[in-house]
Amino acid sequence: MELVTPGLGLFFWMVVSFSIVLLLLGKFAWKPILNALKERENSIDDALQSAEKAREEMSHLKADNEQIIKEAKLQREKLIRDAKEVRGKIIEEASVLADKEAKKIIEKAKITIQNEKESAIIEIKNQISLVSIDIAEKLIKQELSKDKKQDDLINNLLEEIKIN
Amino acid sequence: MINLRKNIVKCLLTIVMIFSISFVTVANENQEEESTKFKPGEFIMHHIYDAHEWNICRVGEIQVYIPLLIIVRSETKGWNVFSSRKFQHGEKSYKGFRLEKKGKYKGKVVEVLDDGITIDSKASLPLDFSITKDVLGVFVSLILMLWVFLSVAKAYVKNRGKAPKGIQSAVEPIILFVRDDIAKQSIGEKQYERFTPFLLTIFFFILINNLAGLIPIFPFGANLTGNITITMVLALFTFFVTNFSGNKHYWKDIFNSSTIPWWLKFPIPLVPIVEILGMFTKPLILMIRLFANMSSGHIIALGFFSLIFVFGEMSVGIGYGVSVLSIAFSIFMTMLDLLISVIQAYVFTLLSAIYFGMATEEH
Repeated sequence: MELVTPGLGLFFWMVVSFSIVLLLLGKFAWKPILNALKERENSIDDALQSAEKAREEMSHLKADNEQIIKEAKLQREKLIRDAKEVRGKIIEEASVLADKEAKKIIEKAKITIQNEKESAIIEIKNQISLVSIDIAEKLIKQELSKDKKQDDLINNLLEEIKIN
Repeated sequence: MINLRKNIVKCLLTIVMIFSISFVTVANENQEEESTKFKPGEFIMHHIYDAHEWNICRVGEIQVYIPLLIIVRSETKGWNVFSSRKFQHGEKSYKGFRLEKKGKYKGKVVEVLDDGITIDSKASLPLDFSITKDVLGVFVSLILMLWVFLSVAKAYVKNRGKAPKGIQSAVEPIILFVRDDIAKQSIGEKQYERFTPFLLTIFFFILINNLAGLIPIFPFGANLTGNITITMVLALFTFFVTNFSGNKHYWKDIFNSSTIPWWLKFPIPLVPIVEILGMFTKPLILMIRLFANMSSGHIIALGFFSLIFVFGEMSVGIGYGVSVLSIAFSIFMTMLDLLISVIQAYVFTLLSAIYFGMATEEH
């Protein structure tokens, strides 16, 4: 029976001492220990989270970089294409212009030549008339001697002035 | 490590100094034939029960023990405080008190008449507030807990945010286990922080005393968690914490649960009666489970030891022969007790946490 009969003295001392220790440990041991554990867990959580964030940012940066490079490539291609177009245009324009200029020059030359020719013909005509006058003069001067001789002379003279 | 050991030695020495070990020759002359015979029942119960002196060992005729403080109050003689050495193991009376050796009041302090032998039949048993073996055991374990956990707390403050070191790393997993697997699981995220200090305290108190009960060397070896008074106090703490933290929903479930049909509540309030009984049976079960588990473990282990002496009395040879078997079985039982120590500390704490969880549950 004694085995299952609570003792008054032990009960009293147990209640008193256990209560005191419960309070002391609660205040001076469990509180700082649990707080420190929580703090540490929080800081580890934070560290993990910020690492995750950093990794995400890194991947963002990488994606950004790739985007930039892609855009730069596109830009370059566009520039090259534009430059090619411009070059073609310039060459075309230049050739058109040169053609025009050349035609103009040729036209001008033709006109000049025409003019020169006409004036030359006029000159020749003038010369011919002068020469014919001369011949006529000389013929008249030599109309005397022989008919034969006269004919020869005329022929010679004519031969001389034969130009065209 | 060396520092720790030094501290333990210092602590032990102080306790020893306070209670000053006594060497007393055991009076041998008057012993009858009957009393020299080995009685396993008495031998076992002697180790299970509380006592007014702490026996350490017997070297030949010399009994080495630690006398404890007797604090008694009787109606006629008032308060009396003296050392249990005065009783000389129950041989002598002192100031009208005597330590009974046998009979109904075996092991208790009784009031005696002037002749120093006869029990005063008119007086009731004096109120006994003595520092007994178990009270001293309680003090030792509580001082040990204070010392360990205050130094651990200091380490936590010092190593703020760093990995645990030394004794800190030994108790941290247990603290985390109690917090996460017992408190958080059974009580819930919102409320568990309120109860964790209490749960940690009872868990470590039970664990330390369960294990200390297995160490047969002073200042350990007091069968505390196998003492119904101790388990009763622990269960009462759980009872009061549960009912003082019970919310509206908890009390409504007891007196007027909305989930049961009305005819179970009126005119005979069957379910409320059962629920109210349940309020008391829960801590009662806690008390009995721990007490029965721990004392039965001790009784069985001691029973195996007793076999050695029982057979030894028949013949020394058989005694030696049986001792091999007995010790093997005792070792097995002690191993089992080691396991039970941890399981019982866990179960007591877990059930307490579940009761707190029931008391604070929200809907």
